[in-house]
Amino acid sequence: MASATLVSVLVTVGIVLSLIPTTFRLLKEITTQVFGTVWAPLFTPSQYGMAPLLTGTFIIVSIAMVIAIPIGLASAIFLSDYATFNLRRIVKPILEILAGIPTVVLGLFGLYVVNPEFVEKYWPIGEPLAYTALGAGLMTGILIIPIIASVADDALSSVPRAMREAAYALGATRREVATKVVLNAGLSGVVAALILAFARAFGETTIALMVAGSYPKLSANPGDPMQTMASFIGFAGIGDAEVGSSAYNTIFLVGTVLFTVTLILNILGNRFIARFREVYE
Amino acid sequence: MATTSTSLQSRVSLDRRIKDFAFTTFLSISIVASLAFIFYIIYRLYNNAGFLLSWDLVTFFPSYDIDTAGFQSSIMGSIWIVGFATLFAVPIGVMTALYLEEFAGKRNRFTALLELNIQNLAGVPAVVFGLIGLAFIARGPLSWGFTVGSAAIVLAMLILPVIIIITREAIRAVPPSYKEGALALGATHWQAVSKLVIPSAVPGTATGTILAVSRAIGESAPLLLLGALSFVTFNPTGLDSGFTILPLAIFKYASDSREEFQVLASAGSLILLAILFAMNLSAILLRDYTLRKRNV
Repeated sequence: MASATLVSVLVTVGIVLSLIPTTFRLLKEITTQVFGTVWAPLFTPSQYGMAPLLTGTFIIVSIAMVIAIPIGLASAIFLSDYATFNLRRIVKPILEILAGIPTVVLGLFGLYVVNPEFVEKYWPIGEPLAYTALGAGLMTGILIIPIIASVADDALSSVPRAMREAAYALGATRREVATKVVLNAGLSGVVAALILAFARAFGETTIALMVAGSYPKLSANPGDPMQTMASFIGFAGIGDAEVGSSAYNTIFLVGTVLFTVTLILNILGNRFIARFREVYE
Repeated sequence: MATTSTSLQSRVSLDRRIKDFAFTTFLSISIVASLAFIFYIIYRLYNNAGFLLSWDLVTFFPSYDIDTAGFQSSIMGSIWIVGFATLFAVPIGVMTALYLEEFAGKRNRFTALLELNIQNLAGVPAVVFGLIGLAFIARGPLSWGFTVGSAAIVLAMLILPVIIIITREAIRAVPPSYKEGALALGATHWQAVSKLVIPSAVPGTATGTILAVSRAIGESAPLLLLGALSFVTFNPTGLDSGFTILPLAIFKYASDSREEFQVLASAGSLILLAILFAMNLSAILLRDYTLRKRNV
């Protein structure tokens, strides 16, 4: 039985071993080219500037967070402090269903509905075409709403009743209790929810690939097509690159960046959850 | 009672009452918006592709001819791969959870490291599991190629941490009095665990496994790297066969420039959603049933 536990350790070791050696081999070859502004590793001559992937990722994740933070937190506060027991029993499973919608379906919706009907029509800057970072950001936002809602709801719901009752006794309204007492008391859990949702958006592949396209454009206009780090891996992976070629190696380089950033975010997020549990549970 | 509450409320200043009202409205709109979105997405898909829904969609194989194009090989591929992934991941996951909860003893360095590892593994982006699959399983040391077996191992790694976490929660939810009672009656630790703790944790574990499996069915990114985005017109026959999966068949039709095939992609999404909703619903019912049984 103890040996079964080692499997999970082996998986982590496997991930690290699959990423690191190839990454270093490639970095030795391309060195400072990673700081360039053109990302074209699959073309000849290859160019390895990661700036377009970084800005693409940053823009799409930012849009997703802007959408998901208010809606996700509002849902969490609603569930923890406003909904009756029975309403909560209905709403929570529906939110779980939202969490279960596959990314390929969200991507399809972004590509067929959001891009042509909303972004192309109403986005004021430039001329948005079939693929847009804005559409991908919006759909990624919808993907992470349930994550924020459920982790933050767990945190807010476990704030002791006594704290709420004390605030009510002092004459606070429900809104004041929820925003000034409960939200403050559960803050580390809420921060954890945001960090974990950010990490999820950061690693999302299929939505970005379907909705924002596969052209790594260096641009600050969300109406443009863009490529994220994760969607580059998916895109390059389709192409069945030859083992050991530079194209093959770049997906491991980008994978290393993706893995490292999400690892740091997850450790941080789980720290916040642990701190929260220590205080109230 | 009603009069008391109104007289109390009237002492709250108008300014605060307006803010309260605005806040409640904002919360309600947010929750309604996120719930309504699910119905809107289904409505749009159905509007677009509802007329295509028939058994032909499930029995036809992928084709360049729209009249005979369907999803059979991809649905069978998903069933094979997710089935084997579950077969690989559940025993290992359950044993890991049992070890951590019942046999590891006091928290020590080793278990703390294990826990940290499992937590972080659960947060690794799905596409990264595709990379390890590509480096070690499809190519490299194992060189199993783009086969059902490789894909099943990759998905098994992806759902393993989820199954461990959920099973641990299920074990922890078993009231300690069950075990204490058995121990007091002279049962050994193993007897108490195998006869009481494990059976009581089965429904919780089953619920969690259904949710993990439904996540695996919808997962597309890691298998992009294992050649699943290919045109496969046959069902898998074994672990060595080539394969495609439903989400990537949808992806493939969606990126076709011909509109009929895009409609077909919407129809495929409806099938995928139907499968997942059925699984989610059974998980929810199972959980409700368990909770009610325990509360009686």
